[in-house]
Amino acid sequence: MVGANVGKAHRDERIALVVLATCSAIFVLAIALILIYLAWSGTKLFFADHVSLFTFLFGSDWDGLAGKFGAAPFIVGSLVATGFAILVGGPLGVAIGVFFSELAPPRVAAAFKPAIEVLVGIPSVVYGWLGLTLLVPLIGRIFHSGGDGLLAAGIVLSIMILPTVISLSEDALKVVPTALREGSAALGATRWETISRVLIPSASSGLAVAVILGIARAIGETLAVQLVLGNAAVIPSSLLKPAAALTSEIVMDMGDAPDGSPFQHALFSMAFLLLLIAMALIVLIRIALRRRA
Amino acid sequence: MSRPVRLAALLLGAAMAAPSLALADVQFSAAGSTALQPLVQAAAEAYQAMHSDVKISVTGGGSRTGLALVASKSVELGDSDIVAVNQPDLVDHKVAVIGFAVVVNPSAGVTSLTKKQIQEIFSGKVSNWKDVGGKDGAITVINRPASSGTRAVFIKTLMGSAELSKDTLTEDATGTVVQKIKQTPGAISYAAFSGTHNQSGINELAIEGNAPTDENIESGKYPFWSYEHIYTNGPPSKEVSRFIAFLQSDSELLHKTGYILVRDMKVSENDR
Repeated sequence: MVGANVGKAHRDERIALVVLATCSAIFVLAIALILIYLAWSGTKLFFADHVSLFTFLFGSDWDGLAGKFGAAPFIVGSLVATGFAILVGGPLGVAIGVFFSELAPPRVAAAFKPAIEVLVGIPSVVYGWLGLTLLVPLIGRIFHSGGDGLLAAGIVLSIMILPTVISLSEDALKVVPTALREGSAALGATRWETISRVLIPSASSGLAVAVILGIARAIGETLAVQLVLGNAAVIPSSLLKPAAALTSEIVMDMGDAPDGSPFQHALFSMAFLLLLIAMALIVLIRIALRRRA
Repeated sequence: MSRPVRLAALLLGAAMAAPSLALADVQFSAAGSTALQPLVQAAAEAYQAMHSDVKISVTGGGSRTGLALVASKSVELGDSDIVAVNQPDLVDHKVAVIGFAVVVNPSAGVTSLTKKQIQEIFSGKVSNWKDVGGKDGAITVINRPASSGTRAVFIKTLMGSAELSKDTLTEDATGTVVQKIKQTPGAISYAAFSGTHNQSGINELAIEGNAPTDENIESGKYPFWSYEHIYTNGPPSKEVSRFIAFLQSDSELLHKTGYILVRDMKVSENDR
């Protein structure tokens, strides 16, 4: 009787192993296929349609149906909007994270944490619609312009990444060893000196991860940006003029671009470019994490 | 799971699938233009209510997607706002006429524009409303994406040889366009009647003095319209052609969903 049970246990373990390994293999295979497909479709524009990479990256003449594929307006738009979000939302998010982690009364911090986590889950379309109906007219009234543009997109993106950056910054600061805090206090440092010279530097790689994940959300944001950016395929002369982004252009024209046309290939190239940027960010995160150890 | 349980589950699954297989003797699907989708959807529902042995599924995806799907025989009916070119296999069925209007924010102060004025505004030559008889204010042009069927109709019927300026706002859905016009002083754009009729906060413009109404389209006085096409790959099967005929002739359905009957048209596309 004992021998039979042991045999069954071993067989169950092997079955579980096979099932889990198969699931993992399928998943890895699916990701690999997506990457390969994007790489293959994304380079067709250059190999099959003979559009020069230089024109694509730096040319600003874009007319998909007429064969002009200068994607610089979209690249510039995406980078500027994301850059704005990093420069505004990043430090602000870290600062608020520091506040909740180190300076706020514990009960206040505990009450706000779930609220911030709920904010992370708000769908982009809600941010976009609020941007379209509230922010854009407001900017238009203040600056006497149309309102659509990189300023609106930057503000919307900054607000969108704040909950992510705050939440992760808080977590990064929490894991700083108490010994460091106590040591700093023992040396006579004020709370601010402890925070600025001990805690933030030692949590720096965790804070970097927080900001980088915020960037990743910002660069991939499609709908919210599309509703407030204006989507004019030109490089704008100011933050208040309509601009364009890689993500919004892809979503607006991918469905209707004729199958197999250079236009469609160009959109795939833009998608591939977005993937490369996202992968570069992941590499940065890994480097930051390695420094942690 | 023990053998009896597994067997029971299999039989239960088969039993659940069987009724739907038995009832749906005829199945076909339609995909494509989102402008035409409400009409096809309503017609499909009405038709299925009358014929319980027919199952029709309707999806969107855009005109070009519809054409691609019907060309690859993935669907039987490809709904499209645009004419399919270089597709000798596809058979065109003109099922309805759809009207479009040029719409402006009321602050513009105009109620009618000539074709030439429309071309000058959308090509960027004119940038203030006072130059076309309106109030003093900047014109904000809103276009549709390059691949949009609505934009293609606008270019074909109104722009002539004038080029659309690239330095304009671009918005995708009719709802977003209408919202933008309502809240942006001096804004101008174009959309189908279904999105522009009976909307507060925006004005539909007359073109060369002719108001955007069904009657003016039927008589040929108002130029901004297009056929809605349903394409089939080769001649349609008996069931499919019966559905198309039903769709084309149900005037109550067409008028309720905001379209015009092809047979009410006194002009055809070539006359424009």
